[in-house]
Amino acid sequence: MALDDRFLLAGVEFSSRLILGTGGASSLAVLEQAIVASGTELVTVALRRVESSGHGLLEMLGRLGVRILPNTAGCYTAHDAVRTARLAREAFDTEWVKLEVIGDERTLLPDAVELVKAAAQLVDEGFVVLPYASDDPVLAKRLADLGCAAVMPAGAPIGSGLGITNPHHIALIREAVACPVILDAGVGTASDAALAMELGCDGVLLASAVTRAADPAAMAAAMRHAVIAGRLAAGAGRITRRSFALASTSDSGLATWT
Amino acid sequence: MITVIVNDAPRVVGQASTVGGLLEELSLPPKGIAVAVNGEVVRRVDWARFRLAEGDVVDVLTAAQGG
Repeated sequence: MALDDRFLLAGVEFSSRLILGTGGASSLAVLEQAIVASGTELVTVALRRVESSGHGLLEMLGRLGVRILPNTAGCYTAHDAVRTARLAREAFDTEWVKLEVIGDERTLLPDAVELVKAAAQLVDEGFVVLPYASDDPVLAKRLADLGCAAVMPAGAPIGSGLGITNPHHIALIREAVACPVILDAGVGTASDAALAMELGCDGVLLASAVTRAADPAAMAAAMRHAVIAGRLAAGAGRITRRSFALASTSDSGLATWT
Repeated sequence: MITVIVNDAPRVVGQASTVGGLLEELSLPPKGIAVAVNGEVVRRVDWARFRLAEGDVVDVLTAAQGG
């Protein structure tokens, strides 16, 4: 499976199934080390007024040769998200957008109604839409039917590190849609990323788990391996859970003493 | 001269200023930048000829770290 396991997103092939968000890193140097260690080929960036950031970020991402996925972070309405996506297309020369339409400040969970509205508009305008969604299989189906290039359910609230709070829903989403499913948000450590892949996700998008770790580059390497391990395990056919032991060593030929 | 609002700050520019001219004044690199005037996106191809008017609200945006 591993040798012929291509990850296609909107017709583009990636060798890594890990997508890294760039938010939360303490410096550009730390971020760069994490990106390299993660092996990712796709990273998210936000769009902000020029004073609040430097051109160093784009220069560094260009040097590393990773593809840019602009997000609409901070948008609370479909109107704002669509406008931000259009601006991002101008700024970064890409049709790709990680669509975020936040519905609640405390949980940063998506506003499903506004999200669907924005997704429909952007798909119509030719964008490659990767929507950050809640872990709702019905919403995922709606987004996929609209023509989104993938659906990206949250495992838990952004930056919470709670992992995947409803694994069953993630598995249901995988069954519900034909497009790629990318677990986005909530990952706290490597086992969360591995679990996402074991549940059938096609990729994992994470930021804080790496950028806010004590050693971001080390955690990035852990995530890289976790995504690969989870993917391999998903295809390897795990054993059935059982209530009692099943000896792995045969009793045949066992020496007995009386 | 006219006054426009650039990223929330008033700025005095020439009567015939364009978006392209403003970006040059701000010494911004041509790549990785997006501009909206009064909330509407100004496409890159239109920067050179898009005239600014008194009171225009201009947003100049670029990449920032974000998940």
